[in-house]
Amino acid sequence: MNSIIIGVLVFLSTLAFFGLYIAYKGPDAVHRVIAINVIFTKSTIMIALLAVLTGQNSFVDVALVYALMGFVATVAVSKYLEKGKLK
Amino acid sequence: MIILHIISTAMLLIGCFFFLVGTVGLFRMPDAYCKMHATTKCDTLGAGFIITGLILLTGFSNVSIKLLLIIVFVWLTNPTSAHIIAKAQYRKK
Repeated sequence: MNSIIIGVLVFLSTLAFFGLYIAYKGPDAVHRVIAINVIFTKSTIMIALLAVLTGQNSFVDVALVYALMGFVATVAVSKYLEKGKLK
Repeated sequence: MIILHIISTAMLLIGCFFFLVGTVGLFRMPDAYCKMHATTKCDTLGAGFIITGLILLTGFSNVSIKLLLIIVFVWLTNPTSAHIIAKAQYRKK
């Protein structure tokens, strides 16, 4: 079972690198925000997979906090793009 | 136990497929709205399948409740952030 989890981890990290390419190249700021949002969700899932793989139960809390952080980052950047200021 | 492992593996692979579909949509779609349509839906579904597979793998314990909390949080925040990004694209100056 461990080999399948490792394979899923490698696959997701490869997809995250492709998303990072879009975040670098994207023609607009909104495209970059979309790509960063996808990378945040992938990283959350990867941390949860790593917690189950290594047996460290405290990593699951790290995944929860990481999901919260990604949501706050997306909301902040979108507000800034919409209004031009963060108020 | 073997049947549970088989179901868990199938769920992990289905989640990987949905993440692949989301990334392909991120590359192929022309507009920001179309990209959002591809990524958010596949993101939610892929995360749901993979975390459900992990819950089946760990059994009922302290960890599985926290994994369920992660899945609830992702399902709450992902449509919200998609809505906010779409509003930012629509009202962009």
